[in-house]
Amino acid sequence: MQKNKVTCILCPRGCIIEKKEQGGTFEFVGFGCTRGMKWAKEEFTNPKRILTTTVHVKSGEIEFVPVRTTKPIPKEKIFEAISILKGIEVLAPVEIGSVIVKNILDTGADVVTTRRVGQKESLDN
Amino acid sequence: MEKYKVVVIGGGPAGLAAALESFKILDDKKVLIIERDKFLGGILNQCIHPGFGLHYFKEELTGPEYAHRFVEQVVENRIEYLTETHVIDITPEKEIVAVNKKGLKRIKADAIVLAMGCRERTRGAIITPGTRPAGIFTAGQAQRLINIEGYRIGKKAVIVGSGDIGLIMARRLTLEGIEVKAVVEIMPYSTGLRRNIVQCLDDFGIPLLLSHKVVKIHGKYRVEGVTIAKVDSQLQEIPATERFIECDTVLFSVGLIPENELSKKAGIVLDIKTGGPVVDNTFSTSQKGIFACGNVLHVHDLVDNVTLEAQIAGRYAAIYSQHPELFENNIHVNIVAKEGIRYVVPQKLNKNFVQPFVLRFRVDNFYKDAIVTVSNAGKVLVEYKKSILTPGEMESIEISQKILSQLDFSNDIVVSLQNI
Repeated sequence: MQKNKVTCILCPRGCIIEKKEQGGTFEFVGFGCTRGMKWAKEEFTNPKRILTTTVHVKSGEIEFVPVRTTKPIPKEKIFEAISILKGIEVLAPVEIGSVIVKNILDTGADVVTTRRVGQKESLDN
Repeated sequence: MEKYKVVVIGGGPAGLAAALESFKILDDKKVLIIERDKFLGGILNQCIHPGFGLHYFKEELTGPEYAHRFVEQVVENRIEYLTETHVIDITPEKEIVAVNKKGLKRIKADAIVLAMGCRERTRGAIITPGTRPAGIFTAGQAQRLINIEGYRIGKKAVIVGSGDIGLIMARRLTLEGIEVKAVVEIMPYSTGLRRNIVQCLDDFGIPLLLSHKVVKIHGKYRVEGVTIAKVDSQLQEIPATERFIECDTVLFSVGLIPENELSKKAGIVLDIKTGGPVVDNTFSTSQKGIFACGNVLHVHDLVDNVTLEAQIAGRYAAIYSQHPELFENNIHVNIVAKEGIRYVVPQKLNKNFVQPFVLRFRVDNFYKDAIVTVSNAGKVLVEYKKSILTPGEMESIEISQKILSQLDFSNDIVVSLQNI
């Protein structure tokens, strides 16, 4: 997704910041503040997002446990990460913050649970 | 009949924060939370995306993580709570009738905090023509089905309305391998937060069709598609702009309404604009000893604000339960929303509690470079300039002690907006 325009999300103003190439160097136009410019630079060069999804839980009081990456990961790795997480099943009980995948796709981010899931009450009780 | 000092109805973010705050203040600690779902935490449990707590905790949490911080404190303090329990009636005398698996329960409270949250508007609310096949959901309902129950709800979807839940679901469906064909918004602007438009739509190249509406839903057993059309500035369909989009799923994200069925039963006066109770700066409703906070009061865009508001409601509920006489002769000054302001909360200032508070409000349209003023008896008390104001983002002004000291109590407090 190579774009030369991004919308800044730091404030409601929503500046549209454009990357212009001039003789091999880049120039940014349209930003309203220096924070916005810094943000846009990162967004152009290495856009990252926190990924959240769910992972299947075996014998849990709920069927799926929500998970997240501990820090933002490169945007282009999101679908690959999702497909890894789709194939994972954890066993209840699960504590909040348990590591499900360490250093996913070499991004330096772990995938951790964001909710505690107790065991399903057995029918005998 | 069981007796409590403070009973909180609803175990979501508002209820949890209110209960914790009441509990802190009360000596005898008789606080009870009643929740209808199986778990505390409310809708936050299904909001697995990040973006919560940036203001309150100064870090980015997911919904369940945000809820967990409060649930943990409730458990640690051994605050009593009932789950899977429905409150079916409350009276002005602060008697509560609730029902659960064990049967009917009657509870007497010295003070009640209403924290029941809100409901989604449905297809019926915007009267979308067409058939009624399977595959039509509200966005929040789809969120629960996917994030908690783990269902795959369809293959190709169209989302109606560009509120935050709709935008977030556009991303969620995409991650789940469901193709989102378009987000259709009748207004010329999105009511969702900017960050959600960027991170949920732009990131995945999902088209946001502004000034468009769904004019028909097709399909006999399962949704087969929708017909959309452009609308003019009067929101009327423009002839010959119809277009068919093939899909098997339609999500409606067309606004939220505070859930005040119980409030009505207790005879509480509601505000037509917010859909929630009229409250004063103690978050007291028109029924003495019944307080309200969170989305049952007015729909918030950030949970952080819900927490702050609920803490105040919880504090005053505890004060009421110990010293109801302080609220005996309530005299109020009205706080009125005028030009450009859709509503304000609280709607009244209680003369017995002239203490600094935060006035929260929404504007009624898109404004660029405008001044918001708070005035009283023809005098401007406070004003502030904003380069952008949108109906989707809640605004707030702090009413300080200094401002309060200049008040003329025989006149309304007026909040209004002027273009520069």
